[in-house]
Amino acid sequence: MSEAALPVVGSRPRLSADQVAMRAGLWLAVAFLALFLVLPLGTLLMRAFETPQGGFAGVANFRDYASTPALLAAAWNSLWTAALTAVVVVPLAFLYAYGLTRSCMPAKAAFRAVMMLPLLAPSLLPALALIYLFGNQGMLRGVLLGHSIYGPIGIVVAQVFYCFPSAALILAVALSTADARLYEAASALKASRVRIFRTVTLPGARYGLVSALVVVFTLVMTDFGIPKVIGGQFPVLATDVYKQVVGLQNFNMGAVVGIVLLAPAVLAYLLDRWATRQRAATLSGRAVPLRPLPRRQRDVPLLVLCLVIAAVLVGIVGVAAWGSLIRFWPYNLSLTLDNYDFARFDASGWDTVWLSVRMATLVAVIGTVIVFIIAYVLERGAQDGVLPKLARFAASVPLAVPGLVLGLAYVLFFNHPANPLGFLYGAVAILVLNSLVHFYTVGHLTAVTAIRQLDPEFEAVSASMRVPVWVTFGRVIVPICLPAILEIAVYLFVSAMTTVSAVIFLYGPDTKPAAIAVVHMDEAGQASAAAAMAVVILGITTAAKVGQLAVGAVVARLTQAWRR
Amino acid sequence: MRRLALIAIALAGVLPAAAQAQQRTRLTVYTALENEQLQPFKQAAEAALRDVEIAWVRDSTGVITARLIAERANPRADVVWGLSVFSLLQMEGLDMLEPYTPAGADALRPSMRSDRSPMTWTGMDAFVSAICFNTVVAQQRNLPRPSTWDDLLNPAFRGQIVMPNPNSSGTGFLTMAGWIGRRGEAGAWDFMTRLHDNIQQYTHSGSAPCNNAARGEFGVGISLDMRAVTLRNQGAPIEIIVPTDGVGFDLEATAIMRGTRNLDAAKRLADFAVSRAAMTVYGRFYALLALPGVDPSVQGYPAEFSQRLVDADFRAIALQRDRLLRDWSARFDGKSAPRN
Repeated sequence: MSEAALPVVGSRPRLSADQVAMRAGLWLAVAFLALFLVLPLGTLLMRAFETPQGGFAGVANFRDYASTPALLAAAWNSLWTAALTAVVVVPLAFLYAYGLTRSCMPAKAAFRAVMMLPLLAPSLLPALALIYLFGNQGMLRGVLLGHSIYGPIGIVVAQVFYCFPSAALILAVALSTADARLYEAASALKASRVRIFRTVTLPGARYGLVSALVVVFTLVMTDFGIPKVIGGQFPVLATDVYKQVVGLQNFNMGAVVGIVLLAPAVLAYLLDRWATRQRAATLSGRAVPLRPLPRRQRDVPLLVLCLVIAAVLVGIVGVAAWGSLIRFWPYNLSLTLDNYDFARFDASGWDTVWLSVRMATLVAVIGTVIVFIIAYVLERGAQDGVLPKLARFAASVPLAVPGLVLGLAYVLFFNHPANPLGFLYGAVAILVLNSLVHFYTVGHLTAVTAIRQLDPEFEAVSASMRVPVWVTFGRVIVPICLPAILEIAVYLFVSAMTTVSAVIFLYGPDTKPAAIAVVHMDEAGQASAAAAMAVVILGITTAAKVGQLAVGAVVARLTQAWRR
Repeated sequence: MRRLALIAIALAGVLPAAAQAQQRTRLTVYTALENEQLQPFKQAAEAALRDVEIAWVRDSTGVITARLIAERANPRADVVWGLSVFSLLQMEGLDMLEPYTPAGADALRPSMRSDRSPMTWTGMDAFVSAICFNTVVAQQRNLPRPSTWDDLLNPAFRGQIVMPNPNSSGTGFLTMAGWIGRRGEAGAWDFMTRLHDNIQQYTHSGSAPCNNAARGEFGVGISLDMRAVTLRNQGAPIEIIVPTDGVGFDLEATAIMRGTRNLDAAKRLADFAVSRAAMTVYGRFYALLALPGVDPSVQGYPAEFSQRLVDADFRAIALQRDRLLRDWSARFDGKSAPRN
């Protein structure tokens, strides 16, 4: 049906102004993705085929890597921990998102804020909390029945915690728009609730479900931070990148592992195309927005489930926050505020915090504009030809690129003496661009999910009334998608506040971000101070999230009235 | 006209300030020194070289080394001050270091300076691999206090020891190099194979074993000697043991990056880095200094400390690094199922 609904394409002999605009948008999208993703990454990944001296190595490096003793075990471990995490997280996140969007439970705004908690703090915070809770001196270590938290148990628990917001975010967007007429029709046909859920709700959220599964799986495959801290010596593929790049400074082998880890991105792309072919716009121009009615049998269990999940999330973060107030775990638990006097531990003191805020704000502002426009152009512009396909694939790649690989790629590309963009290097600009690209995919998927739920008829009608596409975009698309746009902005802000792995290669003497300072303090053995700075970051990101909810409420009143 | 006059006045106001700022050369210095050492080192250098400003970029040894090598086409660092000599030798092999013999470098201990002429690097101080021993955990679990590496083979330590994975951490490699230096390669493999039975975890970070031993997660962490100071100050019941049967050591060293845009100032910082004044500052944190005759003020080291250091040929070990690490992986990385 989407082909029929896009009558503009190919129906006129000359390019209309709309088509010119969409073409230009497409070229801008391609230029951006090429310059800041494909070329840097290509520069690094080419190294997989080079000898250390720079000669051509063919596939020798890959053969070398394939002979690594623990490789098979690592690959298997990566696969099963990623799959197990996805299988645990996605249903939980679906139910949570379902409660937020399709029930009449109270305090939805609060649940929305709490859902994001794991993303709001640097990863060290939950890692410390897990040690305080389940470590060998932990308060709840009995729960593990003698098993060690250092290993697969720790990895899966921490990853479930970490991936929950990403999955819940995608699913909440997917479930937030529905056509009430479908539900009315279904109940008029006397379909049971289970049947309606299976035939109306699930298909409507199918794209979101596929996205969530792919995102979680890929996140776990490529994240090295959690296995490094809590994984003990349980071998996974992602820590191989760390070993090769940081341990051995062997960038060629680092590139080899980077390419191996791109496999999930290819898989993600194929799944995404599959889901696209299956899709139907759930929100047609004639849609009547679904407004859930109170129903105790549904609302109470969902509320209980959401409460339990929220309590676990708050509990883990709360333990870490308490950890920032104690003198030294576990031998001196007296409380103190000294840990917040950062200048005692790191000469740059609070400056790192302000730098992070500045950087994250730039990422959010610039990033949201770029992400949303590119997503729109790729979704609603010409679908044929190689360029849109390549651009769509490129947009799904960053998720599968370990931060270390992306950071290294930026050094090699932007620091090259022949690169005219070299002036970006060493300034805040490079941190901003790198973070923006690093977190591109989830923002892109959120935008795409929101845009796909809009019937292409919006544009078709506008075109028939001779309204240019950019006016439709500004007056219709953006206002309808404002909740998703806000979501993207805050997601980018929060991610930029907490990221470590990519920017660790890129910060300069005056541009050290707070999240890096957290890692440094923990390395130096000052866990409480590290927790304190992580809590400060958490405070700022929480403020941003609460701000989003407040603005979101106002925006909803102004722009979403038609949904009622 | 009036606008021009205003611009002229503005420029006149700005220029002297700019000229003053230019008088101080800003040196970008990459380092892996501990955080708390940065400020004293910077103050000492800037007091001695009044027209030089130190701008640090500090990270762990692995990250800083990787960054330096990645930036090699267009170096951002002027000077490296306080980085493992293994890293500097690796960079020397890539022709990344500017040869320069700092004034007074000939007075350094011969084993703690480059053997090239002109020199490519100069040593500052030595740090050694050591055992972080949690006395509270030891009491709870009846662990005897180890005083040699061989003591760690005692079955009482089964599952109690954490050490850094040499493939991920320079500390891990340094420790292993010390064992090889003392026991020969075959003896070292034999020792590590037996030690492996007592190891709970090979971590990816060089600081994690000591940090985790301090938190009581494990009884024994194999790490570096200076790690424990910060932890003890916070009240960790931790004892730092420098084994008496020979420890591997590493040097903190200084080098000028080839391609620096501030060669002159860089040379003067390199001169300062081997001076008596600088050594006195190093001595506040390290027990063995590159310049003989300077008494370190750091406390808690045995008098015969320097005799415990294994004779090491850094270049020979650095050359074999790849092969040794591959062998290590083949032996110990594969069987890494969690214990207990």
